Amino acid sequence: MTDAAHALRPDNYLNVDYRPRSWLLTTDHKRIGILYLLSLTFFFFVGGAFAVLMRLELLTPQGDLVQPETYNKLFTMHGIVMVFFFLVPSIPAVFGNFLLPLMIGARDVAFPRLNLASWYIFMLGGLFTLGSVITGGVDTGWTFYTPLSSLSGTQVTTAATGIFIMGFSSILTGINFIVTTHKMRAPGLTWMRLPLFVWSLYATAIILVLGTPALTMALTLVGLERIFGIGIFNPAMGGDPLLFQHLFWFYSHPAVYVMILPGMGVESELITCFARRRPFGYSFIAGASLAIAVLGFLVWGHHMFVSGQSAYAGMIFSLLSFLVAIPSGVKVFAWAGTLFRGAISYETPMLYAFGFIGLFTIGGLTGLFLASMAVDVHVHDTYFVVAHFHYIMVGGMVMAYLGAMHFWWPKMTGRLYPEGWARLSALIVFIGFNLTFFPQFVLGYLGMPRRYHAYPAEFQVLHVLSSAGASILGVGYLLPLVYFLWSLKYGKRAGANPWNAAGLEWQTPSPPPPHNFTETPVVTEEPYGYPVEQRG
Amino acid sequence: MDSDLPLFPPQASTLAPDVDALFFFIATVVVVFAALVFTLVIVFAVRYRRRSAGASGAAVQPNYWLEAAWIGIPLALCLVMFAWGARLYFRQVRPPADVLDVYVLGRQWMWKLQHGEGPSEINELHVPVGRPVRLTMTSQDVIHSFFVPAFRLKMDVVPGRYVNAWFQGTRTGQYHLFCAEYCGTKHSGMIGRVIVMEPADYERWLAGGTSGPGLAAAGERLFQSLGCATCHAEGQSRGPTLANLFGRSITLRDGSTVVADEAYVRESILDPAARLVAGFEPVMPSYRAQVNEEDLIKLVAYLKTLTAPPETRSVK
Repeated sequence: MTDAAHALRPDNYLNVDYRPRSWLLTTDHKRIGILYLLSLTFFFFVGGAFAVLMRLELLTPQGDLVQPETYNKLFTMHGIVMVFFFLVPSIPAVFGNFLLPLMIGARDVAFPRLNLASWYIFMLGGLFTLGSVITGGVDTGWTFYTPLSSLSGTQVTTAATGIFIMGFSSILTGINFIVTTHKMRAPGLTWMRLPLFVWSLYATAIILVLGTPALTMALTLVGLERIFGIGIFNPAMGGDPLLFQHLFWFYSHPAVYVMILPGMGVESELITCFARRRPFGYSFIAGASLAIAVLGFLVWGHHMFVSGQSAYAGMIFSLLSFLVAIPSGVKVFAWAGTLFRGAISYETPMLYAFGFIGLFTIGGLTGLFLASMAVDVHVHDTYFVVAHFHYIMVGGMVMAYLGAMHFWWPKMTGRLYPEGWARLSALIVFIGFNLTFFPQFVLGYLGMPRRYHAYPAEFQVLHVLSSAGASILGVGYLLPLVYFLWSLKYGKRAGANPWNAAGLEWQTPSPPPPHNFTETPVVTEEPYGYPVEQRG
Repeated sequence: MDSDLPLFPPQASTLAPDVDALFFFIATVVVVFAALVFTLVIVFAVRYRRRSAGASGAAVQPNYWLEAAWIGIPLALCLVMFAWGARLYFRQVRPPADVLDVYVLGRQWMWKLQHGEGPSEINELHVPVGRPVRLTMTSQDVIHSFFVPAFRLKMDVVPGRYVNAWFQGTRTGQYHLFCAEYCGTKHSGMIGRVIVMEPADYERWLAGGTSGPGLAAAGERLFQSLGCATCHAEGQSRGPTLANLFGRSITLRDGSTVVADEAYVRESILDPAARLVAGFEPVMPSYRAQVNEEDLIKLVAYLKTLTAPPETRSVK
């Protein structure tokens, strides 16, 4: 097909209709994916702006840039926006929505209208959360620990309402993915022929459906306590503050896996494509996703080793937390094994995949310190924990998200991004990330507590290093924003399969037609059948 | 604390070297595995780089022994780290016998520390080197956390209940005391220091203290003024006697037993009917409105003096 023909004939999901209402009322999973992409990009930079102010404040030991109230609101809003409005939805809502039907050879998800509804619910939740910022902010931390959140005079109820609403969006997306994976697979696409990304989405969807209600209930109870004075968590009213922690972490620990499993799925796609190999241990990688989803529900108490929880309960949680490390380890070794005797090239998505392995490995292994009860007593609630989860969430998930952006951008837009700039930005992100967060491991073991507006002078050098790294990281994140937008107009046109990748999504034009495939694909072999025959 | 760029915290308690030993063991495991993964990835990435555009990877047969090895070896190491960490944790949470008692009251945004031996302090704790100190802690408002990095000690201080922690200083000096659980606006101002002193210096400090009467004496005065003795005196039938109460196993009305400790005494003052001693009627009113957390600590300290000191303290 020639370029001119591309521009004239409405043949893909983007140019089929340009009116705003065609976007706002769309039931096309690809357009909904794009709506999420725009919303999440906005939330990512909002959450990032809060972090910039925090890192500026922490340049000096004295609390001199903002008031303590303001600082407390900054880290609270950073956490709420990044966790609930970027990380939890990120890869599932953008790439899951865009790719799941394409990868399984379907026309759309099982419930297209429900899919659009979940975006609107998500945005309504986002409006409440932003509303709580504009009307004064929240100062409880994203964890909403009671009785602090029972007593706080800030906009706790508004923010909790936002998260409450957003939770329903997660649940609906989860249900949609589960049903889609069960019912919409193309002929011949058996479970063991599914791309590993689909397995990871499936495991994620299970967690979303089973875990989110616990969070919703916990936040509802906080609301009831604040509005009607019903004593549930506040001991002054006869409540139990630890009950909240149990309910909160029953969701929020599995949510950590929501924030990493899809990233692992992306990783498997990228490595197989750029190493031109079938994954090493397909069934182990797929099984590990499910094992993580199940075990992830049984480890929440490792957030509570110093909370006064029974020491025997703590032992069980510690043991299970060590066990959940095993499937993650299996995945890392499987990715390394996939490189063995591959034919590896180093395009930007692969650079992010390498970065993911490095940072996720550090993030995962440092979890061992936290699973071990005696060491956790010392590092709990310090910067060690902050560093650990940023290595997983940012080093893992955001690296995977950016890897996915570069890998599937040509499929989504029909354009190639500028490779040189993209490689440069991947390098900047990697260096900036490590400089930001590695010093925080040292700070944490030294005893620097989290959520401190001011700190003893001896910690300053490490804090300055961290803030310097954050500014580099910021540049690394802004660059893709610029060159992706640039490529929309000036980028080279991508063919259907610019990477010569396996996978059904690459067998349809870029951007795909409104209903994905002109004829339903029939699958006759295992996934990742490299080498891929180049098609016209 | 003197260096501009400290990289490791001071070790100033009996448990600190043990926690650090486990830390270094895990760190070794982490470094070895990370090095293994990074080496494999880098070596493979260079060795198997794509040499011609159309090249593709070799078909490698799955190797189940290899899969089993990289499940089995990490699993074994994890079990070692688990068992080591759990054992040490039980030492961290179980105080030894013959301790010095200190009561800790957290409130937004200060620490109040009361020695069983008398003086009370704000955001500072003086202790003698070489003696185990047991902390009995509660909060007046939200959750705080008592964190002394040099002791590798941290325990959440939860309102509505007593929690215990302990340490034994091994090196004289001043060490940071932080609140580690975020507790509101001036969380980062809820800091202080623990001063570990030679026993003789500590005695001198105790003697020169500017504080009032001892904690137990204050508790006794409160005991009198609240009229507790009216019902709880020896030979009274309305309430159980409080002599030799602590550490005793008490039979409750429903037939179960409870060991009388600080938490039980506190609960019985605030909510007497919750766990009523067998043979008594629920006639005692709640004293929630009359006493605050500080008064409760005083009363508990006084009641402890009614218990003969010997081997009665139950070490679980």
